[in-house]
Amino acid sequence: MDLQLSEEQKLIVEQVRRFVREEIRPLEARLDPDADELEPEDKARLVAHTTAMGLYGLDIPPEFGGPDIDIVTRVLIAIEMAQHRAGLYAPCYGTFGGAGLAQLFEANEDQKQRYLYPTLRGEKTGFFGLTEPSGGSDPARAIRTRAVRDGQDWLINGAKIFISNADKADYGIVFARTDPAKGRGGITCFLVDTDTPGFHVRRIVHTLRSARYATELEFKDMRIKQQNVLGEVNKGFAIANDRLSRQRIPYAAGCIGVAIAAHELAIDYAKERETFGQKLATRQAVQWMLVDNEIDIRQARWLTLAAADKARRSEPFRTEAAIAKVVASEAGGRVVDRSMQIFGGHGMTKDLPFERWYREMRIRRVGEGPNEVQRMLVARELLGPAFR
Amino acid sequence: MGIRLDKPWRLLSPSQVARVHGHLGVYQLGDDAGSVLYVGVAGGRSLFGLGGELQRELASPRAGVTRFRVEVSAQYRTRWQELLMLHRADHGELPRHNQGERLPKLGRLSPA
Repeated sequence: MDLQLSEEQKLIVEQVRRFVREEIRPLEARLDPDADELEPEDKARLVAHTTAMGLYGLDIPPEFGGPDIDIVTRVLIAIEMAQHRAGLYAPCYGTFGGAGLAQLFEANEDQKQRYLYPTLRGEKTGFFGLTEPSGGSDPARAIRTRAVRDGQDWLINGAKIFISNADKADYGIVFARTDPAKGRGGITCFLVDTDTPGFHVRRIVHTLRSARYATELEFKDMRIKQQNVLGEVNKGFAIANDRLSRQRIPYAAGCIGVAIAAHELAIDYAKERETFGQKLATRQAVQWMLVDNEIDIRQARWLTLAAADKARRSEPFRTEAAIAKVVASEAGGRVVDRSMQIFGGHGMTKDLPFERWYREMRIRRVGEGPNEVQRMLVARELLGPAFR
Repeated sequence: MGIRLDKPWRLLSPSQVARVHGHLGVYQLGDDAGSVLYVGVAGGRSLFGLGGELQRELASPRAGVTRFRVEVSAQYRTRWQELLMLHRADHGELPRHNQGERLPKLGRLSPA
């Protein structure tokens, strides 16, 4: 891997960094500390800005109108985009757009017409419905939602939990068991319109991430047409698994971005704040916390870029993505924690972004597959199938 | 878990409002019949939390409002949206004084 950024990468990183510092952070001064969306007119203005920068729709493949930016550069951008208060879960408040649900790029043409293209035009939004009350880390066994053939249709019954955006979405990608005798070979992926009779958002689930809630869903005799099967019947597990692996790299990048933002604030504060007649920055205890922050950030950054580089070269990257996710989410938590400590009482208040980062960063060790599961994936790679 | 705010109503009076502290959270304003007319939030930028918001409501009361109830919540933002969505699920529309207000995009709930 070439450790030197290209001139183009440097320019893009600098452009995004300026955007975050000059456009996003000033707006946050007047938003609620837990806000995760901008006023519509601000968002429209900033979307025009990112479009003019040629960076709108970063994750959209070029053949569908997105900018042709490789995954390593996208990681560099994602690290910059997260460097503000809402940056972990709402990087730049969505002003760089997004691909929505990447699985739709694999849909057939009819499905693309009904779901993908309206999503790319901003006319529809979707949700990803995988996790169930019986678990989310082991979808091959945990999925109990059942889809049963009924003539030309499927009847779906079951429940999902911790599903983001299902109450506002127009459609969702829902995984259901179509063959109970087979584990991962018995799951099918369905495209479900949220106005389908039998689709219910039963409650919202409040979490540490108080800017946005998750939902609990119930499906009662929800009738779905065969043409809404995404991919092939009983081949849905691969779709879920592919998504989970791909998501880990940008997920890690977001943790690094927030860690950098927290670290920079802590450095500035340590140089300004005096205690017992001396700047905090002269205290060895503080210096070591800052050094440990730096080590954590550099480790996470290089491991995440290494994973992205393997993905860019189309080599297997599941192990590297798992390592990046573990290291970045744990390092990010430590960096935010140390930076809060340097700020003392001020670090605990809603006047500063640390308390939000602290809560949200905690989720990152569980979200997109708990770190224990990531370690399990790496162990399988190290030890081979005999020790699964 | 009860998802509706079902605490007893209190009179929107100076003495009752004075008993509300500066916590973050949500509040409802209602009429004598117990109908919810407004769902409000004391967020992270509110100067004196729920107490401050209710002092403001007391100073310029909304039409028909005679009562209030509060719920302290660190998840004030998602709880506020939940209460608005529940009201719409129950009554088919937002509370009277929330109508026309600038709100985040609200989802659809169909509680069992």
